[in-house]
Amino acid sequence: MTSNKKKKPLRQRVTQATIVRKARELIAYKPADVSPQRRVQRRYTMRRWSVRHARSLEWFYAHFANMFLVLHPLWNAIGYRRAEAPVKFVEKQVKGLLFDCRMCGQCILSSTGMSCPMNCPKQLRNGPCGGVRANGNCEVEPDMPCVWVKAWEGAQRMRGTENILDVQKPVDQSLRETSSWLRVTALAAAERNRNTKAAE
Amino acid sequence: MTRRPPHIDENPHGVDLPLEPLPGHSSRGRLERVLRRGEFAVTAELNPPDSANAQDVYERAAVFDGWVDGINAVDASGANCHMSSLGICALLTRMGYATIMQIACRDRNRIAIQGDVLGAAAMGVANILCLTGDGVQAGDQPGAKPVFDLDSMSLLETVRVMRDEERFLSGRKLSTPPAVFMGAAINPFAPPYDFRPLRLAKKIAAGAQFVQSQYCFDVPMLQEYMKRARNLGLAEKCYILIGVGPLASAKTARWIRANVPGVHIPDDVVRRLEGAQNQKEEGKRLCIDIINEVKEIEGVSGVHVMAYRQEEYVAEIVHESGVLKGRRPWKREPGPDDAMVADRLDHLLETPNQRPVDMVKDAAG
Repeated sequence: MTSNKKKKPLRQRVTQATIVRKARELIAYKPADVSPQRRVQRRYTMRRWSVRHARSLEWFYAHFANMFLVLHPLWNAIGYRRAEAPVKFVEKQVKGLLFDCRMCGQCILSSTGMSCPMNCPKQLRNGPCGGVRANGNCEVEPDMPCVWVKAWEGAQRMRGTENILDVQKPVDQSLRETSSWLRVTALAAAERNRNTKAAE
Repeated sequence: MTRRPPHIDENPHGVDLPLEPLPGHSSRGRLERVLRRGEFAVTAELNPPDSANAQDVYERAAVFDGWVDGINAVDASGANCHMSSLGICALLTRMGYATIMQIACRDRNRIAIQGDVLGAAAMGVANILCLTGDGVQAGDQPGAKPVFDLDSMSLLETVRVMRDEERFLSGRKLSTPPAVFMGAAINPFAPPYDFRPLRLAKKIAAGAQFVQSQYCFDVPMLQEYMKRARNLGLAEKCYILIGVGPLASAKTARWIRANVPGVHIPDDVVRRLEGAQNQKEEGKRLCIDIINEVKEIEGVSGVHVMAYRQEEYVAEIVHESGVLKGRRPWKREPGPDDAMVADRLDHLLETPNQRPVDMVKDAAG
């Protein structure tokens, strides 16, 4: 063998960990308050406030829902379809402020301790994933408190504590960006009608 | 070739035939039989290859032969791209292995998932493990679109509806429902700790029949969790398999702790590894010690050995911990007619060319 033949440099073994690290570098520049989920609030202050006041919000919502049901003849007169736009606008603003609402159109806040599950990067509606950090923060967004850790805290404060144990159906994506308030009212009114008819 | 006595978990009329359905069983799988007999089950995780070569899968499965009751085919674990779980199951079920197909909700929506469940069941996959899946940010392709159309709970519900109510989520009828044993994952080692046992209860309500846990390195924490699960009566409703695995070194342990979501490794485990002469050996020893502690906990029905890139140690770990108690899980063995088939195949290749075109050519000289 000739000695001037260059020795091939040892090729560095590329492990999966290396690739993962490099892939992370690509998204390393990311402002701290940006999330793959569109977020209404920059901070978590209001979300936390809502969870702390889950009990009073629960009480308030119960009365509010009743009032909406009482107004059913009015909604009927206006037409649910025509009422949709203004009600949705108000709902979006109010719930956006309080809960960072994502307008999934099928609100389950009463079963999730007033912590909106759609803020979870995995949009889990049935409890926390296994990746919650030891400090109770999210695995995907390290500076965000886990939505479900908060939900559990909120549920402890509420009257309907065991609502959190209900198995939720998958999200119906076709209901996105519609008013949950009106839908709940319409369904409750239909239910009431059926009951009164059955009683007669 | 002499015929060996049939294994308890195979069809007495022939190894290649599907198992007879047993009353009360939801699948025809061996894993369900082992668990329902009350035996301590062992499952292992197959490291999915980054190749399109079937041989790679067979080689990786062969190291588990005769030591495990089920092989988990992971679905892009940690959001890293590998051969799909459906593909691995297709290969392994052909060879008679008992596979546990994992389905993660990260990559597919409900349309794709329901189709895969039917396809898998048709191929003979008897166990399906329903997972949410890691976020795409954890893997090597953080730019991917996270789907998460279902979550683990609604996935369980979906599969249960398909199996028990014989319909799709939409209500459309299935002519043959998928006979599968349904599994889920638990992680007793992540907050909110109070909620974790209740979440297991929720998963059982949604249809989980067995659960496999995240890596257990903290036995006291697991004991606490199991105590609460037993108090809720969950251990009778569902088979709980605890995840264990060897750590290659203290450095790996620290890396896993910092980078893999949901794995809790206490400091004394890292210290024990650091203090050892041979860290790899100590990691294995530690795994065996944990198995020995875990198997004594009331309500634990088995272990799930996740020896990532150390699959060759699984047999050793299972053997040395003695969890099988002399039991021999089913093992793929050459059947009495395999030699005949091989012989025939050789013979087939030797037969003279019989294509009409060539025969005419030959005749024409």
